Amino acid sequence: MSKTKKGNVVSYNKWGYIFLLPFIIVYVVFQLVPLFNTIWNSLFEYYEAGLNVVGPNFIWFENYKTLFATPDIWKYTANTMIMWIMGFIPQILVSLLLGSWFSDTRLRLKGQAFFKTVIYLPNLIMASAMSMLFFSLFSQSGPINSILMQMKILEEPFDFLYNTLSVRTLVAFMNFLMWFGNTTILLMAGMMGIDASLFEAAEVDGATPGQVFTRITLPLLRPILIYVMITSLIGGLQMFDVPQILTNGKGEPANTSTTLIMLLNRHLFSKNYGMGGALSVALFVLTGILSMIVYKFSNSEE
Amino acid sequence: MASNSSMSLQVEDSKNTGGVKARRVIAYIVLVAISILCLFWFYVLFINSTRSHAEMTAGFQAFPQFKDLRFIKQFITNFSNLMAGTLPIWNGLLNSFIIAGSCALLSTYFSTMTAYAIHAYEFKAKKAVFTFILMVMMIPTQVTALGFVNMIGKMGLMDTFIPLIVPSIAAPATFFYMKQYMDSTLPLAIVEAARIDGSGEVRTFNTIVLPMMKPAIAVQAIFTFVQNWNNYFTPALVIKTNNKKTLPILIAQLRSADWLKFDMGQVYVMIAFSIFPVIVVYLFLSKFIVQGIALGSVKG
Repeated sequence: MSKTKKGNVVSYNKWGYIFLLPFIIVYVVFQLVPLFNTIWNSLFEYYEAGLNVVGPNFIWFENYKTLFATPDIWKYTANTMIMWIMGFIPQILVSLLLGSWFSDTRLRLKGQAFFKTVIYLPNLIMASAMSMLFFSLFSQSGPINSILMQMKILEEPFDFLYNTLSVRTLVAFMNFLMWFGNTTILLMAGMMGIDASLFEAAEVDGATPGQVFTRITLPLLRPILIYVMITSLIGGLQMFDVPQILTNGKGEPANTSTTLIMLLNRHLFSKNYGMGGALSVALFVLTGILSMIVYKFSNSEE
Repeated sequence: MASNSSMSLQVEDSKNTGGVKARRVIAYIVLVAISILCLFWFYVLFINSTRSHAEMTAGFQAFPQFKDLRFIKQFITNFSNLMAGTLPIWNGLLNSFIIAGSCALLSTYFSTMTAYAIHAYEFKAKKAVFTFILMVMMIPTQVTALGFVNMIGKMGLMDTFIPLIVPSIAAPATFFYMKQYMDSTLPLAIVEAARIDGSGEVRTFNTIVLPMMKPAIAVQAIFTFVQNWNNYFTPALVIKTNNKKTLPILIAQLRSADWLKFDMGQVYVMIAFSIFPVIVVYLFLSKFIVQGIALGSVKG
């Protein structure tokens, strides 16, 4: 305690660096170095073929050329996007509807806590367990086929897991189920933040609930909607657990439900470092651009 | 507030009481339908985990077999069959607990520390570090997985829990939540007062800052726990030994087994076993959790 005041300030502020150290060290070791290692690997011809290891040979950007030249990557990108959109559209519509009901002070809905608890529940369920559950429920001898046959809707069991449309719908539906509760709560918080006097003024002017929603709520909610959409898109690009478990990693039927991360996972397990690296870097750049947009938006809001 | 609500009540009474009533009825119907849509699958899971394989093959039944408590007995039978099988489910449960629990502890403690560094001190790189963390917040772990696996291989950490636990010290999203909570609840005057009383910086952090952050720490501990409990991608790349596997890996293993030979009663019990702990925690803390999401994710 004998230091001068100025000396004290300096010695306090060095603690800023000390407290940052654990984060920085762990981030560098487990995220940054792996990122550079991934980028570095993407420049080499390096894979295992049977018992032989080919490479590593430095080949500049050949992996990227191969990656973008093979039709597979575009097919899997399309799969990922289709399943994301199929889940996201109902997700945003249902969330908007429920959010506007929950935040509507005139409706005064009872049991809100219960409904919020129920719709958020699927978000916490292990995605792989949920997918395994849906696999069991929708398999040929599973309860859904059994129910549909008991109700005479089907004459014989339908193979939901070997039909492109039904597999994609199941994946999209699970994503919808897991995320609409979360989105509802975000949108609701946004709607509650809107100045209540705007609604009252509209009401005095005789606006219908529909008009209030499209003319006041939606425009004011735009920043949050964009945030929700882009974060959901980033999440959609990472789609893995659900289709992986549902189709046992095969993306059945005929790879029409294989996602980009499932492809990455195959490269990782077959130790195809070059191509895996190129795919990772492509995904990194894409999510990087998307996060920049989110970052810009959340900063311009202030 | 009181005058506002009475005014809107009057407007409601005079003009569109009927409209509001109709909308309320529609809202309840839709909410109930959506709740059923959410819970139906878990109800079927419950029913089917209390039935034998042969009973299920005969067709679905909507209600548990209450007679002679048959449903409880069959559940116990299914469960003991599962335990007698090849899947190391108790190890899986324990491994998942160790990993998710350690992650929750480390992530919340060090994220609070990182947030405190940015919040309470003035230093040159402060702004750069803060911007950097916000920018990397959205980068998914999958895109660095290749380098991650390579590196932990070189470090000799393959097939250990360390690469699944230690990285949670650097959790940008948790940091961001803590930072926001600190901005609204931790006045620097308290830190100053502690200094005047002669408290060291580390002690101030551990005995004054941490207790004040308890609500935020609790929310983030739950989220980090659940996230790691459910994580499948990274553990599947790291863990090789059967006894070290976590529950999601065991589920995947169950899926890739020749499932037609499988006793479906065991499959359903296994699924229930994996999600049960999280559901129990959620039932106790749901109100708290649901409030927590809105607090953290929308910019305050």
